[in-house]
Amino acid sequence: MINEKVICAGFGGQGVMKMGQIITYSGMMENKHVSWLPSYGPEMRGGTANCAVMVSETPIGSPVITNDATAVIVMNLPSLVKFEENAAPGSRILVNSSLIEQKVSREDVEAFYIPCNEIALELGNAKVANMVMLGAYLQLANPVKIETVFKAMVKVFGENKAKFMPMNEEAIKKGMEIVKEQIK
Amino acid sequence: MSKVLMKGNEAIAEAAIRGGCKFFFGYPITPQNELPEYMSRELPKNGGVFLQAESEVAAINMVYGAAGAGGRVMTSSSSPGIALKQEGISYIAGANLPAVIVNIVRGGPGLGGIQPAQSDYNQVTRGGGDGDYKMPVFVPANLQEMVDIMMEAFDIADYYRNPVMVVGDGMIGQMMEPIEFKKPVPRELPVKDWITNGTKGERNPNIINSLFLEASDLENHNLAAQEKYADMVKNETRVENYNMEKPELVLTAYGTTSRICKNVIAEFKKEGIEIGLIRPITVWPFPHKAFEDIPESAKGILVVEMSQGQMIDDVKIANNGRLPIGFHGRSGGMIPDPQDIILKVKEMLGGVK
Amino acid sequence: MTIVYDKSKGLTDAELHFCPGCTHGTVHKLVAEVLIELDVLDRSVGVVPVGCSALSYDYFNCDMQQASHGRAPAVATGIKRVNPELVVWTYQGDGDLASIGAAEIVHVAHRGEKITTIFINNAIYGMTGGQMAPTTLIGQKTTTSQDGRTVEHSGRPLKVAEMLATIDGAKFVERVSVDSPANIRKTKKAIKKAFELQLSGEGFGIVEILSTCPTNWALTPRDSIKWLRDNMMPYYPLGNLRSPEEAK
Repeated sequence: MINEKVICAGFGGQGVMKMGQIITYSGMMENKHVSWLPSYGPEMRGGTANCAVMVSETPIGSPVITNDATAVIVMNLPSLVKFEENAAPGSRILVNSSLIEQKVSREDVEAFYIPCNEIALELGNAKVANMVMLGAYLQLANPVKIETVFKAMVKVFGENKAKFMPMNEEAIKKGMEIVKEQIK
Repeated sequence: MSKVLMKGNEAIAEAAIRGGCKFFFGYPITPQNELPEYMSRELPKNGGVFLQAESEVAAINMVYGAAGAGGRVMTSSSSPGIALKQEGISYIAGANLPAVIVNIVRGGPGLGGIQPAQSDYNQVTRGGGDGDYKMPVFVPANLQEMVDIMMEAFDIADYYRNPVMVVGDGMIGQMMEPIEFKKPVPRELPVKDWITNGTKGERNPNIINSLFLEASDLENHNLAAQEKYADMVKNETRVENYNMEKPELVLTAYGTTSRICKNVIAEFKKEGIEIGLIRPITVWPFPHKAFEDIPESAKGILVVEMSQGQMIDDVKIANNGRLPIGFHGRSGGMIPDPQDIILKVKEMLGGVK
Repeated sequence: MTIVYDKSKGLTDAELHFCPGCTHGTVHKLVAEVLIELDVLDRSVGVVPVGCSALSYDYFNCDMQQASHGRAPAVATGIKRVNPELVVWTYQGDGDLASIGAAEIVHVAHRGEKITTIFINNAIYGMTGGQMAPTTLIGQKTTTSQDGRTVEHSGRPLKVAEMLATIDGAKFVERVSVDSPANIRKTKKAIKKAFELQLSGEGFGIVEILSTCPTNWALTPRDSIKWLRDNMMPYYPLGNLRSPEEAK
C-alpha cells in the first residue's frame, strides 16, 4: 500500500517546491490522497526551501512530517544536515552528490547519491537537476506511474512551458537509470 | 476530473469569488498574501473590485461602507491585522451588515511570528471589539472544507445580515490539497431593501448606523441581535464527532491540530485503544451538545491547541464539571508532535482509574 | 401668500442638536441646498463619523452611513466602489479628520477617490467637550491645553487644506469661512464646485470650512465670529488651493 511521506529540500531556485508539487499533482491525478506543505516566510528568501509531500491510498491526517518520512530528498548540504533526522528507520535518503560531498551518517536508512547537476549539465540544461532527482525518487519509491508524472508536469509548470517538457522527461528518465545502478 | 490542486490562500480566494464575492479590501500581511494577490488578479475579471487599503483599519471600514451599499464584500488578514480590524467588525455587527472576514492565524502576541498558530481563539470568539456582538466563526481543518465554507460564507452573512469569520492557520493558507468547487445548498436570502443605494425619490432614506443614544433603544437593538444569534446557534453550529462510539478518552481540537489528533487516534487503534475526537467546525457557535453526548466509556477529555489554552475554557463550560480535562498546547508557530499527544493520553488514561 | 424663504428639501424635519450660535447648521443647509440644486439628493449617500456630526444621519434627507471615528473616507470609498453612480460625501470635523483620521483623508486624496469631503475646522474638539485639536491655535486654551497650546509641547496647528493640496489626486481644495453672509455665499459656491468635480469624475474634492464653536470657546456667538476672524483667518488663509484647471 502506498503511503509516501517525502521531504524535498534545497536552496531557493533549485526547484524543490516544484519537484514536490509534481509528485503531489501526479498522486491527485491517480485519485490518491495527497498534500503539499511548504516552509514559508523569511527562511524561503535565499535560505533553504523545503516542502512535505504526502501520497497515500488512505485519507491524510496531519500534513506535517515529523520523524516518519519515507523519503528525504536533499539538494544541498544544509538540507541534509537539517532533515537527515526526519527519515524513518528503513526509509530512503536521496542526496544530490554534485553539491554534497558529505555522506549520510545514519545506518538505519538507505542512502542514494545522485550527481544531479552534472547529469543536468550533460543533458545541456543545468536547470533540470531537480528533474534528475525526481526521476531517481520515482524509480525507488514508485508512488505514481511515470506517464502520470509527465502529464502532471505540464499542469505544474503551465502549458506555456510545454516546449521544455521533452528535456524534463529526458532528465527524469536519466535519473531513473542512474539510481537503478545503485539499487542493491 | 473536477479536482484541482491549489494553494490554500488561493483556493480561499477562488472559492470566495465563486461564492459571489464582488468586493475585496485588504492590507498585506504574512501568511495570507497570496489571497489578496489572487483577488487583485481575478476579481476584476469577474466584474468585481479589488482595492489595497492604506491600513487594516481603513480596509475594514471600506468593507463597512461597501456592505452598507449592498456589495458582497470581504477582507482577509492575519492575527495582528485582525486585531486592528476588531473595531470595524464591531461596527459591522452593530449596524447589522453582512461581510466575510478571513483570518489566517499566526503566532502572537504583538507582532509575534508568521508560523501557524491558534492563539486567536479568544480574539475571534469573544470579539476584540466592543459590545454584545457575535459572529459565526468557522475553523475548517482541510482545504476542501475551507473551500466549501467560503462558498457558503457570503450567503450566511447575507442571510443573517451579520459578519462571518473564516479562520485557518498559516498551514491551511500555505499548503496544497486537491479541492473541488461545489455549489452550496442555496438559501433563501432576504431582499436587501435597507442598503444605501440612493433613495431615487422612491423611499425614505436608509441609514446604516450603530449609534443609539437612548438607552432603551440600544437595549432593544441588542435584544433583536440576541434573537439572531440564537438562530445561528440553532442552525449554524457545526462539529465532527470522530470515533466517538466507545472512546476511552476524547481528544478535542480544531483546524490543522485536529488532523494531528487523527494520526494519534490511528496509532492508538493499532494498540486496540479507542480514542475519540470532537472537532468543532464552528467555534462560535460552540458545539456544546457534542460534549454532553460523550459516552460513559470516556475517562477524560484532552484539549489540544496551538496556543497556551484558549478553547479549553469553552470545553470546560461544555463539560460542566463532568469529566477530567487535560491540556496539551504548543505555541509560537510550534506544531504539536503526535508523540507528545500520545504520551499525554497515556498519562491521562493511567492516571484516571 | 408668497414664500420668500423655505427650508431646504435636502434636510429632514429632525431638530438639530447643535449648540446656539454654532455654524454646523449653516453648513448643513448649504450642503443640502447644493445637493438639491445639482439634483443629486436621491442618489447621494452621506457618511458622518464621530464628533458633532455623529447625529447628522438624521438631518440629511438622503441615504446616510454612520462611520467610526476618522474612518468616513474609508467608508465612503467602500460605498463609491460598490456603486460609482452614487454621489458620496463625508462630513467631518477637525478632531476626526485631522487627528484620528489623518491617514484616511490623505489616502482618499492619494487614490483620487471620486468623493467630496466637507471639513469643519473650528480649532477644537466639540462633542467631547473642548479638548485640543491638531488645528487648535498657538496660545488657544482648551480643556487639554489649559495654559494655551505651545509649539514646544504640541507643534504648530495642522494646515489640512495646504497639506492635501500637495497630493495629486486632490483635484479641488479650497478653504472658506462661514463668518459672514458674503463668505457663506462663497462657501456654498465652493461646496457646489467640489460636488461638480465628483460628478465629472475628476477626483477627490475637499472644502475646509472655518467654523465657530461658541460653547467650547466660551464666547458668545457674536464674539465667536470675531475670534474666528481675528485668530483663525490669519493662520488659515481663505482661498482656493487647487481647482481642476490648476491641477492640470
